[in-house]
Amino acid sequence: MAFPARPPGQRLPLKLPEVTAILQGSATIVWLPVGQTSTVCGTMSGVALLPFIILLPFIGALAIWLLPARARSSASLLAGAVAVALTASCLWLYGSVADGTVLRNELTWLPQFGLNLVARMDGLSWLFATMIAGIGGLIVLYAHYYMSPKDSMPRFLAFLLAFKGAMLGIVLSGNLIQIVAFWELTSVFSFLLIGYWHHTSAARDGARMALVITGAGGFALFGGMLLLGHIVGSYDLDVVLAAGDKVRSDPLYTPTLLLILLAAFTKSAQFPFQFWLPRAMAAPTPVSAYLHSATMVKAGVFLLTVFWPVLAGTSTWFWIVTYVGLATLLLGAYSAIFQQDMKGLLAYSTVSHLGLITTLLGMNSQLALVAAVFHIVNHATFKASLFMAAGIIDHEAGTRDIRKLSGLYRYMPATATLAIVASAAMAGVPLLNGFLSKEMFFGETALRNPIPFVDVSLPAVAIVASLFAVTYSLRFVHGVFFGPPPTELDRVPHEPPALMRRPIEILVLICLLVGIIPGLTIGPFLATAVKSVLGPDMPYYSLSVWHGFNWALAMSLVALAGGVILFLLLQKYLARGIEAPPFIGHIVGPRIFERLLILLSVRWAKAAERLLGTRRLQPQLVLLVAVATLAAAIPTLGGIGLLPLPPTTFDPGLALVWVVGMTCAVGAAVQAKYHRLVALMLLGGAGLATSITFVWYSAPDLALTQLLVEVVTTILILLGLRWLPQRLETSEIDPFRRFSLHRLRDLALATIAGGGIALLSYAVMTRDAPDGIARFLLENAYTEGGGRNVVNVILVDFRAFDTFGEITVLGIVALATYALLRRFRPAADSIPRPEQQRVQSAFESQRDDHKEGTILSEFLYVPSVLMRWLFPVIVTFAAFLLLRGHDLPGGGFIAGITLAIGFILQYLAGGTRWTEERLRILPVYWIGTGLLLALVTGAASWLFGYPFLTTSFQYVDVPVLGRVPVASALLFDIGVFILVVGATVLMLIAIAHQSLRSAKRDAQPPGKTAPMIEREKA
Amino acid sequence: MTSTILSLAISTSQLVLGIAMCLSCWRLIKGPRAQDRVLALDSLYLNAMLMLVTFGISTSQTIYFEAALVIGLLSFVATAALAKFLMRGEVIE
Repeated sequence: MAFPARPPGQRLPLKLPEVTAILQGSATIVWLPVGQTSTVCGTMSGVALLPFIILLPFIGALAIWLLPARARSSASLLAGAVAVALTASCLWLYGSVADGTVLRNELTWLPQFGLNLVARMDGLSWLFATMIAGIGGLIVLYAHYYMSPKDSMPRFLAFLLAFKGAMLGIVLSGNLIQIVAFWELTSVFSFLLIGYWHHTSAARDGARMALVITGAGGFALFGGMLLLGHIVGSYDLDVVLAAGDKVRSDPLYTPTLLLILLAAFTKSAQFPFQFWLPRAMAAPTPVSAYLHSATMVKAGVFLLTVFWPVLAGTSTWFWIVTYVGLATLLLGAYSAIFQQDMKGLLAYSTVSHLGLITTLLGMNSQLALVAAVFHIVNHATFKASLFMAAGIIDHEAGTRDIRKLSGLYRYMPATATLAIVASAAMAGVPLLNGFLSKEMFFGETALRNPIPFVDVSLPAVAIVASLFAVTYSLRFVHGVFFGPPPTELDRVPHEPPALMRRPIEILVLICLLVGIIPGLTIGPFLATAVKSVLGPDMPYYSLSVWHGFNWALAMSLVALAGGVILFLLLQKYLARGIEAPPFIGHIVGPRIFERLLILLSVRWAKAAERLLGTRRLQPQLVLLVAVATLAAAIPTLGGIGLLPLPPTTFDPGLALVWVVGMTCAVGAAVQAKYHRLVALMLLGGAGLATSITFVWYSAPDLALTQLLVEVVTTILILLGLRWLPQRLETSEIDPFRRFSLHRLRDLALATIAGGGIALLSYAVMTRDAPDGIARFLLENAYTEGGGRNVVNVILVDFRAFDTFGEITVLGIVALATYALLRRFRPAADSIPRPEQQRVQSAFESQRDDHKEGTILSEFLYVPSVLMRWLFPVIVTFAAFLLLRGHDLPGGGFIAGITLAIGFILQYLAGGTRWTEERLRILPVYWIGTGLLLALVTGAASWLFGYPFLTTSFQYVDVPVLGRVPVASALLFDIGVFILVVGATVLMLIAIAHQSLRSAKRDAQPPGKTAPMIEREKA
Repeated sequence: MTSTILSLAISTSQLVLGIAMCLSCWRLIKGPRAQDRVLALDSLYLNAMLMLVTFGISTSQTIYFEAALVIGLLSFVATAALAKFLMRGEVIE
């Protein structure tokens, strides 16, 4: 990563247009003689920090998550340290982005798809990142005091940090797809945070609603980003940002815009998706203060701001964005007035302020964009502090209901003062930051517009909504802090710990400083942020408190006065304490949402299932076989060429084996429906014939596997047979008697499919094998893989990655089987003990010299001793098969099944209890260990600089055995072995354990379990 | 001479073992009791094992004995499971 020689510390003077030029043109080679893996622009150290800023919160989250649940202070300290490090890094990076430089750190991932991991920072993302990191730090401090000792602090902070990382990921990503990924992560982590108190249904519902709405928006965003990338021809953000004209003139512009707007509107709670935000107030207050004022909902407006140069400027953009924003602004402000819950009031106020920001972004005016960015920052500061104040009041007074609260100023004057100042900022009172950005908003709406509707509606709605804002701010302050002392509280409120108040103090101080001396405080940062969106030709704007008498000031004054008057007028109505706002109270967004959700996920889903699904096995099989037959028939309909007689000689022994095999197979098919046990045994005969054929045609590996699988399958099906319903003891059953149309159809289908497969196999096997990969494998098995058994070398070396995937699937299947069988409840008629056992135990109870289980133990005495003695023999045999597998038939899979049979034999001989008292097999651990061993073996080749699962082999001198070949593939094979043992045993034991449970049920009614235990011990 | 005798003996034994397998198969299908069928399956396995041994001798390859070894060592597990199933109604109690 060598740059052209330059003095240390000097920045590369890269500006936005230059970066894009570099990215698009051949200048790349000239300018950036980069290494193979990453492209870096900007100061070296600063650029190196970017991925660190994104990753650090996730690492911190993982570390905190691993802490014990009681480690409150260490969790807070750790989270605080992460927050301080992040904030410090962001602040330090300001120097690098202040002059309009774009910092880029690109890690090549999938360049052929245009997917590289790009960490990118410009002025706007710096502003957002600093806000996210800084307010995040304050939230951690606040949460340390807010969360109750009963709540798990590490879990909370881990989610919070991970969420912070996802937010930082959105603002610092330089690739469209990467933005989508982090966007979805914020949805997921906000779900976890909102649902943190998962024992309350409000939290669960609110979390689910937020996830569904924002997750759907994320899906739309994915579509939008794909379209955008398609239009521009690159997923790189800088390239996209430079291609605004191309995007706007593209025919796909409208769908792209709609999808991206859908994402932004759902995330930022814009009308008609605003209802999830108030519901999300079920979250702990630090979460509300962070997610629902400073971060999560700001992701939507961030998206609009970032893509403003690309998407804005058209009339579609103007009409949709401005008027959705206006509707949200008005609706949110109106609803906020009538909320009885402090957090509900603040939530609707958030909705309304986000509407204000959206309106500004929709106006297609550069000055409005400046105002929007300014208001984003201002809103984050005053709203976060207000949420935290509300949380303190909730904490100290025990309720958030404005109707119950009153006169708290006398109990907590400091908190009250802070909240009053922040509310004033929210209302847009002069000398506070909210006033400045709101005045810019008024200034923009007051501009004359040639369209009469816009000319009237914009300023009118602006004034009315601001008037409402003054009213609800007054209501908040007056209702909570003034008036008579509260009477309905169960405790006497008091000031919180000083440190809990500190975050609010800091934020309110910022509100004041920005409000009084904007040019000295926020000015340069705002300019940097705006410059990165608008480019160097920025419009003139002035950040100062006094601009003289103008329209904006007049509108502010009207709103302030009108708000106070409205508040006084509403006194009587509000005193009645009605929950919902008048006129629109009966339209409840969440209820409509629930109805839609039920319609979608219950009614329609069920209808689709009725239409397309079936629970009957036969139609499913018919469909499967028919489709497979059709698929095979289409390419072979033109004929499959000559079918010559094979050149091999006739072998009477093998021919007889085949006669046996075919007879057994047909017999099994005939008996399958009415005589399951017979069918099973006949199946064993057919399998045996297949195995012998494998041996005959020089496939000893296959033969071994097949034989072992036959044994295991027999046991498995026998275990299952126990739980199948008994045969109906009706009149004699003749499978050939009833011929119905659908049986004929099934017969025809089966004949066609079976005959077709036979024909195809014959056609394939009588032809010369094409010179495919087989020759390569045969020639290189020993030289490259170090094994003489080609099959095994293929499995553990050439195709080891496939094998790794297969054993993973095997493990998953075993776990799924186990999970399903844990809840398995047998059919009613197979619950009682089998008839044989009942007869035998009835006989035992009649005889004095017999105890329960005597017959079993005495009849099985010799076999069970033999089976136990065989155990070490089988273990040795398994080890033998495993170790020599690389050169001769055998290997991990075969050895694994062998050992599993050994284990099953012990269960067979002694029963579940007896075996598990002596030999505790933990199949799940076996599965995990095997998978891990295979993975570690594969990954070890990275240490030596080779790709995943590269095998090394050499000869080693072992004292007794002499010179033996050792391949690292053996370790991999041992992993396979362990996993196969675990998976096979787990599946078989899962069914076997069913008998224990059933026996318990059987034995419980008489009230004693002793006989059963004796029977097991016998 | 010796090899002629050997190959003749092997062919004959394969034929005879094949016939034995057919007879076992007949019993397997015919029954009449489930116990007869279990015995039939066991003898089928036994004959198959011997068949594999003769095959190994005829090709003078020892690796085919592995399959015979597996049958000899483990095929009885299936028989035992079937027998236990008939006797107690379930395989693992």
